[in-house]
Amino acid sequence: MQSKVIFSSELQKFTGEAQTEISATNYRSLVSEIVSRYEKLEEDEILKMAVAIDGEIVHDPFLEQIQPGSEVHFLYRISGG
Amino acid sequence: MSEAQDYRYIGQRTIRPDGYDKVTGRANYGADLTLPGMIWGKILRSPYAHANIRSIDSSRAEAHPDVLAVVTHQDFPDGGSRGSNQSMNVLADKKVLYHGHAVAAVAAHTEAAAEAALELIDIDYEPLTPVMDLKTAMAQNAPLLHDTMFTSGLAQDPTTPSNIASRMELKKGDIEKGFSEADVIIERNFQTPTVHQGYIEPHATTVRYDEDGQSMIWCSTQGHFDVRGSTASLLNIEHSNLKVVASEIGGGFGGKTTIYLEPVALMLSKKTGRPVKMVMNREEVFKASGPASASRSKIRIGATKDGTITAMEAHLAYEAGAFAGSPIGPGCMTVFTPYDVENQYVEGFDVVVNKPKVAAYRAPGAPQSEFACEMVINELADELGIDPIELRLKNAAREGTQTMYGPKLKAVGLVECLEAARNSAQYKEALAENQGRGIAAGFWFNIGGVSSVSINMNPDGTGTIVEGSPDIGGSRASMQMMAAEGVGLPIESFKPLVADTENAAHSDTTGGSRTTFATGMAVVEAAQDVVRQMKERAAAVWNVTPDQVDWKDGVAINTVGEDKLTAAQISAQAGRTGGMITGRGNISARGAGPSFAVHMADVEVDRETGKVDVIRYTAIQDAGKAIHPGYVEGQYQGGAAQGIGWALNEEYIYNEDGLLENPGFLDYRVPLASDLPMIDTVIVEVPNSFHPFGVRGVGETGIVPPLAAVGTAVSNAIDIRMTELPLSPPRVLKAIRDA
Repeated sequence: MQSKVIFSSELQKFTGEAQTEISATNYRSLVSEIVSRYEKLEEDEILKMAVAIDGEIVHDPFLEQIQPGSEVHFLYRISGG
Repeated sequence: MSEAQDYRYIGQRTIRPDGYDKVTGRANYGADLTLPGMIWGKILRSPYAHANIRSIDSSRAEAHPDVLAVVTHQDFPDGGSRGSNQSMNVLADKKVLYHGHAVAAVAAHTEAAAEAALELIDIDYEPLTPVMDLKTAMAQNAPLLHDTMFTSGLAQDPTTPSNIASRMELKKGDIEKGFSEADVIIERNFQTPTVHQGYIEPHATTVRYDEDGQSMIWCSTQGHFDVRGSTASLLNIEHSNLKVVASEIGGGFGGKTTIYLEPVALMLSKKTGRPVKMVMNREEVFKASGPASASRSKIRIGATKDGTITAMEAHLAYEAGAFAGSPIGPGCMTVFTPYDVENQYVEGFDVVVNKPKVAAYRAPGAPQSEFACEMVINELADELGIDPIELRLKNAAREGTQTMYGPKLKAVGLVECLEAARNSAQYKEALAENQGRGIAAGFWFNIGGVSSVSINMNPDGTGTIVEGSPDIGGSRASMQMMAAEGVGLPIESFKPLVADTENAAHSDTTGGSRTTFATGMAVVEAAQDVVRQMKERAAAVWNVTPDQVDWKDGVAINTVGEDKLTAAQISAQAGRTGGMITGRGNISARGAGPSFAVHMADVEVDRETGKVDVIRYTAIQDAGKAIHPGYVEGQYQGGAAQGIGWALNEEYIYNEDGLLENPGFLDYRVPLASDLPMIDTVIVEVPNSFHPFGVRGVGETGIVPPLAAVGTAVSNAIDIRMTELPLSPPRVLKAIRDA
């Protein structure tokens, strides 16, 4: 089963669509697949974003595993006071 | 984790471990360190809001017998190019961008001599037109702060520079369809002023740069590892050569998450070979540290007659100060999150103006946007003839709600907060003449991040919790309690220690309501590591396997025999069983649980003077699990008090030349204890499923609802919709007289 990937509005400018489905087992392979699929989207743009994997927000993702059927949202990174 | 369960130590109201030092004056703050041979540094600041620096001549100052060194931007390695905006904020380069912008620094034998020597530095300025508000900054042909700044986030790359640093957009559903389904649409414009965190302790540091390149910074900060990182980057120092010690902190609220004095002091120390102390005075804190963004908002919300909200639209602009980087992102992401509404649209702009670069302030960006939204929600409730709590309940975000910024919400406590508000004693109180009531909800994400903890067990079975997170709100007590719960020993068995950058691994800055959540998770992991090792040692003594050992209440139990060993007994002979026991928890915490709050304000307005008195106030918030309920309540009350100040009195006042006219607590009026009623609190506990004890951060959300709760209460008391903060006596009186 593929994972559902939802792009932030910022990334949608490069992808041209709000969401897609991708087969990936971890964050790195997910990013590679996205970059190869959307030629306007550069890896740096993705790496600036945090992700939420099944609702769990990861601010600096790298090695995260992605399960089949997971929902992956790209979102702006948040800091705080 | 963690359905509701009984804990042995968590949930108690213990005495804070740093309490005695703080009430007796023994605690050492930023200005309290004195070193042998120490000299003083002082900063020369811009008298203009916007000007080119034609030249700086420090020869007269350098010739003075009391002066030991002068530094300017050019003293940064590579002329400051490494740190870009940060280096230009710490010491201006070719331009000053706000009243009070640091231009040069002097080191002298005494503080007075350093202060006096500032007048011996000759600077030739070319004054420029200051840009002091969003409307002016965003206008076509506005004077530019930065000739090379182009707006990012536009559909097409711009060809001309602008004061608008970036544009962002969030959307879900079909906003036009949503409005077409509405029976009632409310649209309003709002403004909020530049405000300051108002921490009592000014920025202060003492530094020493040694001849062998080793250097030390002692400072008041929310994050000494980030002080090390930023300063090392600006000055081209390896991290291993720069030790940063976090002093006790007299308030930060986000304002002590960046650097101002530290690299300057270190450059002076390097030039002179002497330790250097620098302390901002109150005027400098207001003029040249990092306040919170002023904002303009346009909010449009539509609903059907039964109170179903069909569309929510926001256009937001935030001042970033002199350099790009306002919290417009979180402003956009939070504005509508309390509502489960299908159609939402937000547009946001990050705009530079000739004011100090903004810094974080509790839930950065959220109070401004959510103020505007909540004011319209209350007006909508009035228009529809629906109780404002019922309207919110009908549309409340809950588990499964699709947020506009990304994920669906897990279990959250907004509905429970609203129900608690409806059941509160205050909501049942009748209002008298000239009194008004306001309700508002608030949301903040909370964050995780990197935290590093070790628990060193002593030979008597007590332990030291070594953490890297400065304690700004009682977190040491929380760490004690979580370690106690994890190891099964009494709270007082553990001493928490905020270690310097050489004695702990990196931890992210204390902020974003992350410390009790993330560093707490690291403590739990370290405690589990201690227990694992204790069981291994007991197993070795008994010649059994570790899985044949149980651990209960700090005691190892041999499940295949009659033996028991306490933590103290195991620790006492640890040298004979493999060495002392240290539990480690080095984590990158994920799964921060968002926190919702609902506040209720009752105010009374003096129609003769416009003065507003808050007569009753209740703050209700979801803590997930309150580790230390007393400190959680303190966070709720502190956030409410600061939000009330933001709503009623606080604002930076600039004159037409862009000069700050109220840089002091006499004219910039924060609420005093005597201004406020007892702020009642209700702790709602809907556990965060990603934390072992269910913790959510609690420090940020409490400042979000007060602006609209008070704003609505005042509006209701005088029957006039107020849209601009602060609701100070002159503004309220004018509204009454103009009505």
